[in-house]
Amino acid sequence: MNTTNKSQLLIALAAIAVALVLPFVVPDYRIFQLTMVLIYSIALLGLNILTGYNGQISLGHGAFYAIGAYTAAIMMDKANAPYWSTLPVAGVICLVVGFLFGLPALRLSGHHLALATLALAVALPQLLKYKHLEHWTGGVQGINLLKPDAPFGLKLSQDQWLYLFTLAVVVLMFVLARNLIRSRVGRALVAIRDHPVAAEAMGVNNAMYKSLTFGVSALYTGVAGALSAIAVQFVAPDSFPLTISFFFLVGIVVGGVASIWGPIFGGFFIQFAPNMADYLSKDLTGAVYGVFLLLFAYVMPTGVVGFLRKLASKSA
Amino acid sequence: MDALLHQVFAGLASGGIYASLALALVMIHNATNHINFAQGEMAMFSTYIAWSLINIGVPYWAAFVATIVISFFAAAAIERILIRPVEKAPVLTVVSVFIGLLLILNSVAGWIYTYTIKSFTSPFPSEPPFGNKFVSSHELGAIAIALFVLVAMYLFFRVTPLGLAMRAAAENPASSRLVGIRVGWMLALGWGFAGAIGAIAGMMIAPLVYLDPNMMAGIMLYAFAGALLGGIDNPWGAVIGGFLMGVLENVVGALIGTELKLTVALVLIIIVLLLRPNGLWGHKVVSRV
Repeated sequence: MNTTNKSQLLIALAAIAVALVLPFVVPDYRIFQLTMVLIYSIALLGLNILTGYNGQISLGHGAFYAIGAYTAAIMMDKANAPYWSTLPVAGVICLVVGFLFGLPALRLSGHHLALATLALAVALPQLLKYKHLEHWTGGVQGINLLKPDAPFGLKLSQDQWLYLFTLAVVVLMFVLARNLIRSRVGRALVAIRDHPVAAEAMGVNNAMYKSLTFGVSALYTGVAGALSAIAVQFVAPDSFPLTISFFFLVGIVVGGVASIWGPIFGGFFIQFAPNMADYLSKDLTGAVYGVFLLLFAYVMPTGVVGFLRKLASKSA
Repeated sequence: MDALLHQVFAGLASGGIYASLALALVMIHNATNHINFAQGEMAMFSTYIAWSLINIGVPYWAAFVATIVISFFAAAAIERILIRPVEKAPVLTVVSVFIGLLLILNSVAGWIYTYTIKSFTSPFPSEPPFGNKFVSSHELGAIAIALFVLVAMYLFFRVTPLGLAMRAAAENPASSRLVGIRVGWMLALGWGFAGAIGAIAGMMIAPLVYLDPNMMAGIMLYAFAGALLGGIDNPWGAVIGGFLMGVLENVVGALIGTELKLTVALVLIIIVLLLRPNGLWGHKVVSRV
């Protein structure tokens, strides 16, 4: 283990330690907000694998988030499935949908891909309201859920337990993503992003990798969606407006494109940026996201993580 | 049969609007290879400007012209100030700028005008023309205005020196610069036209779908689908694609119900991408290694 790896590991352990203490020192509504931060960071990690590492731009990840959320909600509501069992199912469903969507989409690049994914996000809420699916989706009314209690008679509030559960999922998903990125698969993804023709010439199956990346990315976002349904205890078509997909994009740009840590900062940003808007007007929430997106695009294209790296390399 | 004819006319009316927006998209795409995701929100904002003008008592056609002029300069200014710095930046940065612009316009419109749905006046009489029962005056007027815009743009690009300069700048910026065309300003001009066309489209669609900050999401989806169907680098293709989308939307909507209209557009986009990724009349993109 070299020194960068060692220091990274130390930072990660410290972060986890802080995250473990937090639910016991802050009030319940803050715990809920932090749970949402964790959930967003999983979704952003998924988008970052696709956009940051593989260079495919998606404006439609809100759709996968919604599919994950609905999977969890329908399983819990119709089949009384335990909440934890919905995560792998939501992940697999999104993996398949993402892979299938990735097949036609991989013919496209840049703006055209963004366009196709945008279409998915625009159309999905309408599909969720469709009357022949109403039996499953609950139509416009949506589905109400119950928050799970802590198991094994642990003396934890529901919010504390859900936070810790989510934290465990986050750690697992981040470790998996880190290992994926550092493997030959990850190097292939970056090669496809930087020079598709050269990657192909080196024997990388571009089409296969791009579709699979789309699937894996959707899997991450779907798991996040399932967690969000459990945490918010409610899903409805209007919980997933088009803006969610845009906020995810803002999240990865602000946090740091092509970075494992970026999604955490992005998660904090998505959760707490609306508070900044509240000083002016609730209607300006979108504008706050927009202004930050522009600001980062022009001034700090590497995001918060890039900025921190720059600071670290200057002080070293 | 009557019902079908009625749907076709209604489809041509919205199709004309999609065609105009698709043309605006193609103009920007051909000049810069960017897809302007904020096109719809720009059109929406223009429509609100028209609404404000009409509301303070400006006669409709004066407000119509004023809105077009304001939108032209606003869009050109957006190109100069926001887009120009990222002209050569990676795709993600450019898309971020468009989405940032979209979010800001959408949310500022909601802040100024609230999210309450407003009705927007049509300049055309409410009685159908010539006592027919297939097409309303507004639909016919919208088709006429869309055709007028398309012909005007065609003539502008064909017969005026400025149009020629703009085409040259889009086709080959380096050589254009060498013969003295100010390529940067041509791009700003292209954005101006796109903004103006968007304003017209917004004012024509608003009486049909009512005015609210989110009115353009669905409409832009059809315009995108139309442009993709016809070929996003071919103005004629995009225009025909836009009209086709309008008719398809209404006929399919009448057949399977209107709740899945947007899904139809999504499915169509995917089919086009699968079978003919360059659209029906688009050029094949060939890249040299």
